[in-house]
Amino acid sequence: MLLKRLTEAAGVSGNEKEVRDIIIEEIKDHVDELIVDRLGNVIAYKKGKEDSKKLMITAHMDEVGLMITDIDNEGLLKFTTVGGIDKRILVSKPVLIGKNKILGVIGAKPIHLQKREEWQRALNIDQLYIDIGAKNKEEAERLVNIGDYVSFDSQYIEFGDDLIKAKALDNRVGCSLLIELIKETKDIGFYGVFTVMEEIGLVGAGPAAYRVDPDISIILEGTLCYELPNMDEHLVPTSLNKGPAISIMDRTTLYDREFRDRIKKIAEKNNIPYQYRKTSMGGNDSGRIHTTKEGSITTAISVPCRNIHSPTSVMSKKDYKNTYNLLMAILSEYKKGEL
Amino acid sequence: MDTKEFLKKLSNGSSVSGFEYGLSDLITSSFKDHTDQITTDKLGNIIMLKKGTEDDSSIKIMIAAHMDEIGLMVKHIEDNGFIRFTNVGGIDPRTIVGQEVVVHGKEDLFGVIGSKPPHLQEPTEIDKAIKMEDMIIDLGYPKEKVLELVSIGDPITIKRDFKSLQGSRVMGKSLDDKAGIAVMYEAMLELSNLKHEADVYFVATVQEEVGTRGAFTSTYSINPDIGIAIDVGFGSTPELPKGATIDMGKGPGITIGGNIHPGLRDQLIEIAKQYNIPYQLEVTPGPTGTDGRAMQITRGGIPTLCLSVPLRYMHTSVEIIDMEDVKNTAKLLAFFISSITRENLEGLLCY
Amino acid sequence: MNFNSQLLMELVNTYGPAGNERLIREYIIGQIKDYVDEIHIDELGNLIARKKGNGKKIMIAAHMDQIGLMVTHIDDKGFLRFTNVGGISPYITLSQQVQFENGTIGIISAEPIDNIAKLKLSNMFIDIGANNKEEAEEKISIGDICVYRSQYNENDNVVFTGSLDDRIGCYVAIETIKQIKEPTNDLYFVFTVQEEVGLRGAKTSAYRIDPDIGIAIDVTGSGDTPKAKTFAVGLNKGTAIKVKDNSIITHPKLRQIMIDVAEKNDIPYQLEVLEYGGTDSGAIHLTKSGVPTGAISIPTRYIHSTVEMVSKSDVQNSIKLLTKVLELQFDF
Repeated sequence: MLLKRLTEAAGVSGNEKEVRDIIIEEIKDHVDELIVDRLGNVIAYKKGKEDSKKLMITAHMDEVGLMITDIDNEGLLKFTTVGGIDKRILVSKPVLIGKNKILGVIGAKPIHLQKREEWQRALNIDQLYIDIGAKNKEEAERLVNIGDYVSFDSQYIEFGDDLIKAKALDNRVGCSLLIELIKETKDIGFYGVFTVMEEIGLVGAGPAAYRVDPDISIILEGTLCYELPNMDEHLVPTSLNKGPAISIMDRTTLYDREFRDRIKKIAEKNNIPYQYRKTSMGGNDSGRIHTTKEGSITTAISVPCRNIHSPTSVMSKKDYKNTYNLLMAILSEYKKGEL
Repeated sequence: MDTKEFLKKLSNGSSVSGFEYGLSDLITSSFKDHTDQITTDKLGNIIMLKKGTEDDSSIKIMIAAHMDEIGLMVKHIEDNGFIRFTNVGGIDPRTIVGQEVVVHGKEDLFGVIGSKPPHLQEPTEIDKAIKMEDMIIDLGYPKEKVLELVSIGDPITIKRDFKSLQGSRVMGKSLDDKAGIAVMYEAMLELSNLKHEADVYFVATVQEEVGTRGAFTSTYSINPDIGIAIDVGFGSTPELPKGATIDMGKGPGITIGGNIHPGLRDQLIEIAKQYNIPYQLEVTPGPTGTDGRAMQITRGGIPTLCLSVPLRYMHTSVEIIDMEDVKNTAKLLAFFISSITRENLEGLLCY
Repeated sequence: MNFNSQLLMELVNTYGPAGNERLIREYIIGQIKDYVDEIHIDELGNLIARKKGNGKKIMIAAHMDQIGLMVTHIDDKGFLRFTNVGGISPYITLSQQVQFENGTIGIISAEPIDNIAKLKLSNMFIDIGANNKEEAEEKISIGDICVYRSQYNENDNVVFTGSLDDRIGCYVAIETIKQIKEPTNDLYFVFTVQEEVGLRGAKTSAYRIDPDIGIAIDVTGSGDTPKAKTFAVGLNKGTAIKVKDNSIITHPKLRQIMIDVAEKNDIPYQLEVLEYGGTDSGAIHLTKSGVPTGAISIPTRYIHSTVEMVSKSDVQNSIKLLTKVLELQFDF
């Protein structure tokens, strides 16, 4: 299954190779042009009958993770974070290190040896280390290099009522959608762009947009979702099972209102549920794309993901399906020249 | 000129971000005998081209080291002639209390940074850091004279003489990143004895300390195939975690992380091994905060490398580096440039 | 040159938050169309007005967007929740009146809080007087942006009203457009969008124009109110020539030219070293291979409130300085 393969591949920001290779393999027979640019972005073009406007659809390939900074005398590994990770989720998780996916666990001082008041404090990164079971520094150095990328070891599991748990749903869900769009559409011309290093500062998107120079872009994302029974409704950013989340504003973009309204109408016309992403926090590749060169129009459409940026992200298959349907509906309007 | 002598002149000169022109003559005159063309662009970046040894070279390698330094700036003149100031670039206010300064007004003026004497302080004050807004610069002149010589917006530098310490270590202000300019200088000399297919653009960039501004515009105009930033890295001291530092005297830090092109980095390490040049790895997963960051995201994206000279006490007026590290960084840079050919470039850049 | 109160009043009272500048753009077009040679509106909505000349290509940028509040949620009772568009203080926002593009008026209040220090935008709401959600949704959609309402007031010395940031810059640009009959240089007056959320419009419009020289016209703070933080700019002391803010250190040659022009023409001026904030000049000067850029600032008290204040003479002096600078022949 595509989403399983994508989420179980390692692709920490700056090291997207595994994910990129899967994507290229999936799409190469369905596109007319395909390049990997100087930063590692995958830029694919599918020819259409006639393209009134240049449309670009993007999804970032990278995920948050860790990187090895030092190997101590006991053979334990020190690390730093890559992208925005809550340090409190790290302790007691299995991880995979480097190209050879050496298994390790994130350890810390046992609870028995901690003072009561220590329990109250979050563990800092410098109190944590990765243990791969090496006897000493030499053995660790044979298996691990400083600078190796580390990803969470987390399987794709379907559970509950049509839900999926996996790591890196942000943003393999976007990659999966974009791959399916590329495969399933015919005679619709657009650029499918899989970007690198979104999680460490929207690095790949600017250069990709510079090259493509689009008129309109759709950014596909897995976005934050958090809902509790007693929570004030206006503080819920997105909810599961309420359909694709359309962005209104975040730290990087004030989304074009007319384009947003157009998408809303397309959803309504096709009876596809949708919701607004009700927070202005966070940001995505749109920030770089819409201000590249002379500027362009963007929208961001996301699948809500609980526990984003953790090894146990959760999304709904229904939301995925509805997002896919909305995108297909948008593309069919675009094909008619009515976007 | 000997590289250390050149570095001394650079360090003792003044080039606060946005006011780098004081160093232009020194840099251009030092580079001109070994380069083919020197231009200064609209923001003041000095671009010095050393043509490739092949006549029809089509590879462009851009080397960037920033010529600007952190400093202070006049923001207000008090009725008694005292100067209030702000910082340009990142400065720990605790490191400038009691320093001697030069205010670069109509002429260079000596001054001291003053603060409240301990006798007049409340007992609780002593544990609090003094804020920059509570410090003043005393030029020893009355307001009328100060107004004659000084304008709002004039840059200020800490007065510090570049000196040798033990062995090959030296001390001075603004070695961040004048050590990088010295590396470019030494690499240029090395390259004069080597074959190199690529055209090399040595760029002394401006305004790095306020947001890598000069690197953005110079990279846009050069549009190189490879960009290499030469900057300084945190030299290890007892209080810093080992994983966040590089050691003094053990060669350049080669940055690993998202800002760096993996294929070129492997080549760089390969060259270091081949020529027995010591090197260390410096882990920076995200944007490096150096000119390399600006280079990487310019136009359609530029494959980028960063080399760091280990430096202790960064952004103070007593920065320390080891001249051996400057030599080794330059050597690695020169041999790397020389190793790049039209034939192998595409392979190195391939993902 | 008289102070054109009518123009300024209309500028500050026209709706145009960042991301939805349509009405203010239409208003400005109406004011300048007879005085310029070309008008273009780009993808993000920047208004680019050209006055042709043979000299250097100069981009003059004043941002037409204003700060605002964006609706993120409409509850069952018809109350609106919101987030900020640009730099909004919760304390200033409490008890304000706001206005939407379609004219709907609302007032802002907050949930009961025991400590005023806990006041946050997320515990505040807009009340438009709707009886329920359905009624509210007839007027307002999620994503709509409202702006503070304020009254225009002036006396002999000053103007006090909201949105002087940066409608006063637009005013200076419009009056300068009217002053210049035969341009020496090729002038691109750009009324930019989305400055308040990160200089976004200036970035794309500068890319399109690719100017030889850039000049931003914007407000700056003032250090002349009781116990203000040290800042050597005050009201009624002349136009301000920017040296630095967080987005730019202005081009030394252009800055000196501005100073020389001011001195030669007896235009009172002050030098501005601002320790925070940014202006469109920051985006312009980093465009492509770099653009020598400066900024003329209008000293302003109480920025981002509904009672911003500028000195009329400072405004007039800013127009004079800009007009004279644009008449020069440049060799860079």
